[in-house]
Amino acid sequence: MCDSHSGVILISHWNVIMLAGLNFATLLLSVAVCQGSQYKDINSETVSVDQGSTYGSLWPLPQQVSLSEVSFKLSSSSFRVVDAEGSSAGPSCNILQNAYRRYYEYLFGNARKTGHFKRKAARSELSELQVSITSGDSDCDGYPGATSDESYELTVDQPYAILKAPKVWGALRGLETFSQLVYEDEYGAKSINSSKIVDFPRFQHRGILLDTSRHFLPIKVILANLEAMAMNKFNVFHWHIVDDPSFPYLSRTFPQLSQMGAYHPYTHVYTPGDVKMIIEFARLRGIRVVPEFDTPGHTQSWGKGQKDLLTPCYSGSTPSGTFGPVNPILNTTYDFMNLLFKEISEVFPDAYVHLGGDEVDFNCWKSNPDITKFMEQHSFGDDYSKLESFYIQKLLDIVTSTQKGYMIWQEVFDNGVKLKPDTLIHVWKGNQQQYQNEMAKITLSGYKTFLSTPWYLNRISYGQDWTSLYRADPHNFTGTDDQKKLVIGGEACMWGEYVDSTNLMPRMWPRASAVGERLWSAKDVTDVNDAYSRLSKHRCRMVERGIQAQSLFSSFCRHEYKGI
Amino acid sequence: MASCTICLPALMMLVLDLNTVESVWPLPQKLAISEERYPLSPTHFNFYYGEDQASIMKDCSLLDSAFTRYFPLIFPDLTSGLETFSQLVQQEEDGTYFINKTEIEDFPSFQYRGILLDTSRHFLPLKAILNTLDAMAYSKFNVFHWHIVDDPSFPYQSRTFPDLSSKGAYHPMSHIYTQSDVRRVLTHARLRGIRVIPEFDSPGHTQSWGKGQPNLLTPCYKGSSPSGTFGPINPASALSYIFMSQFLKEVTSVFPDPYFHLGGDEVNFSCWQSNPDVRAFMQKMGFGKDYTKLESFYMENIVNITSNLNKTSIVWQDVFDYHERIPKDTILHIWKGLPAQYKAETSRMTKAGHRVLLGAPWYINHIAYGQDWRISYNVQPLNFSGTEEQKKLVIGGEVSMWGEYVDATNLSPRLWPRACAAAERLWSDESQTRSAEAAFPRLQAFRCSLLRRGVRAEPLSPGHCSDEYRGI
Repeated sequence: MCDSHSGVILISHWNVIMLAGLNFATLLLSVAVCQGSQYKDINSETVSVDQGSTYGSLWPLPQQVSLSEVSFKLSSSSFRVVDAEGSSAGPSCNILQNAYRRYYEYLFGNARKTGHFKRKAARSELSELQVSITSGDSDCDGYPGATSDESYELTVDQPYAILKAPKVWGALRGLETFSQLVYEDEYGAKSINSSKIVDFPRFQHRGILLDTSRHFLPIKVILANLEAMAMNKFNVFHWHIVDDPSFPYLSRTFPQLSQMGAYHPYTHVYTPGDVKMIIEFARLRGIRVVPEFDTPGHTQSWGKGQKDLLTPCYSGSTPSGTFGPVNPILNTTYDFMNLLFKEISEVFPDAYVHLGGDEVDFNCWKSNPDITKFMEQHSFGDDYSKLESFYIQKLLDIVTSTQKGYMIWQEVFDNGVKLKPDTLIHVWKGNQQQYQNEMAKITLSGYKTFLSTPWYLNRISYGQDWTSLYRADPHNFTGTDDQKKLVIGGEACMWGEYVDSTNLMPRMWPRASAVGERLWSAKDVTDVNDAYSRLSKHRCRMVERGIQAQSLFSSFCRHEYKGI
Repeated sequence: MASCTICLPALMMLVLDLNTVESVWPLPQKLAISEERYPLSPTHFNFYYGEDQASIMKDCSLLDSAFTRYFPLIFPDLTSGLETFSQLVQQEEDGTYFINKTEIEDFPSFQYRGILLDTSRHFLPLKAILNTLDAMAYSKFNVFHWHIVDDPSFPYQSRTFPDLSSKGAYHPMSHIYTQSDVRRVLTHARLRGIRVIPEFDSPGHTQSWGKGQPNLLTPCYKGSSPSGTFGPINPASALSYIFMSQFLKEVTSVFPDPYFHLGGDEVNFSCWQSNPDVRAFMQKMGFGKDYTKLESFYMENIVNITSNLNKTSIVWQDVFDYHERIPKDTILHIWKGLPAQYKAETSRMTKAGHRVLLGAPWYINHIAYGQDWRISYNVQPLNFSGTEEQKKLVIGGEVSMWGEYVDATNLSPRLWPRACAAAERLWSDESQTRSAEAAFPRLQAFRCSLLRRGVRAEPLSPGHCSDEYRGI
């Protein structure tokens, strides 16, 4: 009965301060009820016994796995990852060379100092992992994209293990899988079993949203999160970079936006160099960076550096001194957007930008006499969603002219704004019934969509909430096969009201891992007990690699987190 | 040590040169900050022992080490009095430090202000414990309740019974607290004016004990034969009491605090009921079918052993709930129920003349979305029906961080600044600190100073600190 409060109270991802008050009533109740037992778990679904999994610590579970009993040793002094003969990627392929080193470090980080690197491999040893990129164009120097091929095949046998992938993106996923097959015995020696894996993602879009406006996140945390994303085969970093509270993006065209709108103009901004570094770090891990510049709502911080951008709100017949959403009736607004999105399209290489478009509050628009007049001129009547549509359509034209595709929050679709057929619609609202209906409606209209509603990880509750994250499936709605094909994936969201660098990582991991498996593995991978066993080991592996991933339940890791 | 504790109140009464200070937490009892402002220079600032106080000894090692600890906290950025002083020092835009003319007279509302850490469900590396002690001092907590062992693991390395940890810890080498680890915790705590009260919970919650101490736990039966599983400590066997006396003799000497937590909660009777020897013992003792009497019998013995070792026992409320014959000086720790229930429990216990420790409203391992610190803040420990005498028996309260879902990866942000709410409730004058709304900006500022001092304290709402947490 205690998990009643985890029944998602989805309001908006933002207005939490108001929500906090509301929450207390529910919260008081649930805490009180749950206090009855000191130690017993209050979540109705608690998996506490690791029954072992035939799939060891693999996470997310590959599409096809066959493991044999035969095992080989791996030694830090003889094992290496090399380019296979005939691979279309060579020593100049940064993505792979960096990945080889990274995974060698993950495997032998602790044991590296022992011995020199020349000993010949003993007979029961695995001496090499040969990586072969099979397609003529390896994508080595490119960026991962919406249609990048992430498939791979991995064969572990003597004398070599072989990893084959059409593109480097698949090789990255295969390297992670290879590293997950390696296990450590009592004495710290590494072994791997003979195995064969064929793998590819179930969904193309597997994202994580970070919000750097409500709290500034130092670059180091963003990079650590990208590392963990790669360990879980996520491939989209949705960067909700600006919002009402602050504008940390340092624009070359409009430097005053962060100068005035960031929490601090120097210590709490992302410079062009920072952004570049994050994009490259992500590229090396096969992760796309999709920025979100949310308008016309959620733009309070924009107004500080850009005069006349926001709508002046009125109290009676005089301006009240406060501001509302972006002012949709001024030409200067569109001139500004034109220049800004031109810059954004150059700074962020991904083919998509996220345009937001959610939660537009009409009160300020209603109060403003100039807007009232404009509404009359355009015969919008009292329907302010028409004004919103007017704005969004002009914005979409601007973005289209920069050769970018766009993603938008579901309201833009709900409000009937005319959209290009390849627009991606991001579902975030409602309860299960509501979001499933929404997915059905969107796909019935022929649009592509991806899901976040069940995966608002900023919403925390006591106990093992990963199981409900794990159960949600983007295909669970009523629709034809063709409709299902329009679902490109999902995103785990970590909104920033209560999250900054102090608590981001343990709140995210391994909870986001549950979403990671849902989006990568086959639809029928749903055994929670098997998942618990693999995920517990996977989280210890993340901890050993320096990721602050919290525990699923009372237990230990051989190598505990060493920081504080 | 006694003389050192006396010098603390003296320091708290220093008349200090200070501006408007917003990050003092918990709120001192009497605080008067004037507009008058004095500059502070790291090159000229010094701590001195006051000369008119006969009780203050020069060369008090505890204070000397506090001085060295607080100097760098004051200037980048002093035990409790020093803490308040350090919170009053502010920095100008140009980097110079100043402090407003301020008079503070301060003392805690409750003498016992504790934090419980659970090192059995997850092992907490020493570093995590020491860092928690630092943060406790910043919030004027003064008791570290070390729930050191429990069912899942036994990380305490005993001198007398080394098998307990070599077989009962998660790992016999890497997941244990050696004697020197324990001493380090004790010293670190003492230098910060924090007591360390260990809990060795029995007779339940002892699964891990059984691994290294055969014949300690009750063998459970299935029908007429042992099922292979074990229940609580076997109260029917004399060996249990011999072991417990030897073991308690060791641990009461390792931990110097006069209080000792004996647990006594959540004892499951089904295993006892299944065991023929236990049943025979019940009959012999004339307990009938009432297993609470058996539990009482066990607890009485353990409390007596403990008091013979010159320690005051603390036990969980279950012990009081099941029987009345517990020594009057035993402290009762409330952990169950809704506010109405724990208030009624407080009334009953204090009416029976027991001292009480309030834990129930502050189980902060239970997390929820949003600003749940406000709930902790609004607790009124003395708001129960009872006489003035009864109220005096509430010695304080404790914040619990049970370990099912908590280890070194998430302990700090879950604990801080949420525990600060209870810290202020237990230290400050309730009449001056009724409004969580009024406390909010001060707590935000305090949380930023925790960050500056290297405590991974999570945010309370959207916003920023000038020095964000840069670790990870």
